[in-house]
Amino acid sequence: MSDKNAEIMQKYHNDFLKEVEANVEEGDSVSMCMQCGVCSGSCPLGDAWEHPPQEIFMMIRAGKREVVLTSDSMWMCTSCYSCIVRCPSGLPVTHIMHGLANYANRLDIAPKMNPTRRFAKIFWDNIAKTGRVNELKLSLGLYFMDGFTGGIKNSLAMKEVGLGLLKSGRLDAMGLFKPGGIKDKTGLQKALKKAREIEDARKGLS
Amino acid sequence: MAKEYSFYPGCSSERKASASNYMTSVESMCETLGIKLNQIPDWNCCGASIGYAEGGELPRHVMNARNMALSEAANPGQDIIATCAACWLGTRETSERLRSSDSLMADTNEALKEAGLEVKANQEVRHMVEVLIEDFGYEELAKPVTKPLQGIKIAGYVGCQTNRPFGIDGESFENPKYLDKLVEAVGAEPIEAYDQKVTCCGGALAFSEPDKSQALIKNIIESAYDHGAEMIVTPCPVCQMNVEVYQHQINRKYNTRFNIPVMYYSQLMSVAYGGSVKQAGLNGNIVRSKKLEEVAAK
Repeated sequence: MSDKNAEIMQKYHNDFLKEVEANVEEGDSVSMCMQCGVCSGSCPLGDAWEHPPQEIFMMIRAGKREVVLTSDSMWMCTSCYSCIVRCPSGLPVTHIMHGLANYANRLDIAPKMNPTRRFAKIFWDNIAKTGRVNELKLSLGLYFMDGFTGGIKNSLAMKEVGLGLLKSGRLDAMGLFKPGGIKDKTGLQKALKKAREIEDARKGLS
Repeated sequence: MAKEYSFYPGCSSERKASASNYMTSVESMCETLGIKLNQIPDWNCCGASIGYAEGGELPRHVMNARNMALSEAANPGQDIIATCAACWLGTRETSERLRSSDSLMADTNEALKEAGLEVKANQEVRHMVEVLIEDFGYEELAKPVTKPLQGIKIAGYVGCQTNRPFGIDGESFENPKYLDKLVEAVGAEPIEAYDQKVTCCGGALAFSEPDKSQALIKNIIESAYDHGAEMIVTPCPVCQMNVEVYQHQINRKYNTRFNIPVMYYSQLMSVAYGGSVKQAGLNGNIVRSKKLEEVAAK
């Protein structure tokens, strides 16, 4: 368990709802959930959630901190926003799920091998460094995340997709070697570093 | 007189990127309609729908606020227009949050100061489709049509992020009609009974959870076939890519024989306005549309 996690647990004792309200994006609306289950029924990957959103909301109120934060459920969110537009209580369900995933990731207690968590990290590192997505580096980063052999296997499985994009002029074969990105990379990196510092300080995570 | 907008093209629209043909057709469409797009100088990625996980809340907003600040300085008084659904959603969300929270505005500007920038959030953030519908209107959009796409049956796949959470032109989230109306404006035949028009394609999870996403994509394509569609049209680069490029893999997995073109609304419009195969970016599709290429070559 990370030191940050232990520290935060100490700070909030067993009041997980209070912790979520203070530290999770849009977390202050969790207590408005009336347990109707429309969010769970609207989710395109609903079957893949061990604990659908409605259950997550109840578990937060019941103080099931570890079960919630170590769950891979929130990582099934495709950001389709169906739950948001249908929620009769007006909860920003999507944002809360994103917020919980981000918080668990920040505390480093989210499931390590979850593919979406790993992909999200590769993605953010890709854009924070140069300011723009390099699609070739992003895809190869994903295919090769379990090492060379697996990477070759994954790349071969994706061969048709890659070749199709290449042939239609929608993938840059030289993308690995081009610096690319924005001009003011330094400015962006400094601004993002500052933003992270401010956010961490507000959440007691610095 | 040309209508001017501050333009945020987004990463996928870059040359040799996954939606470069979207950009090509948008340029062609805008030329006909007299739309002048002033690109935001040195714009960066919006964080897309997966940036939240590693990036967090404030860094994500700072990414979008940087673009807004650059836009306010370079193109004052103009609306920010995005062609990508995720770019639009991310930027508009940041804009709304900044406008409604003084503390978020202060934090954001403290971070942006590191890059010598300041954001005011005083420009509207809109999707290209909103410009077409609200600033022109269907009748106006039909006027420059020289080659109506007569008799072509098209399933309008709206998807998620140009529909939820913000919506287009106050339309219903469950059954938005704008894409069908655009199809009608270019003389084609919209399939109004298409029942997967707002189904999610898996978004970024098409990469990380391919099996789960391809099950969704299969339904999206199957319903288009069931309703007699000859092609699918969409306003979103992620929808376009996911529904087009995995057809091979889905065929193998489900023993289907999918081979249906997935076009952008702007490609339909470019062709109907007299654009060539190249101008409409039709050569940028993996599953090429013979029907549209025939019309374009006429």
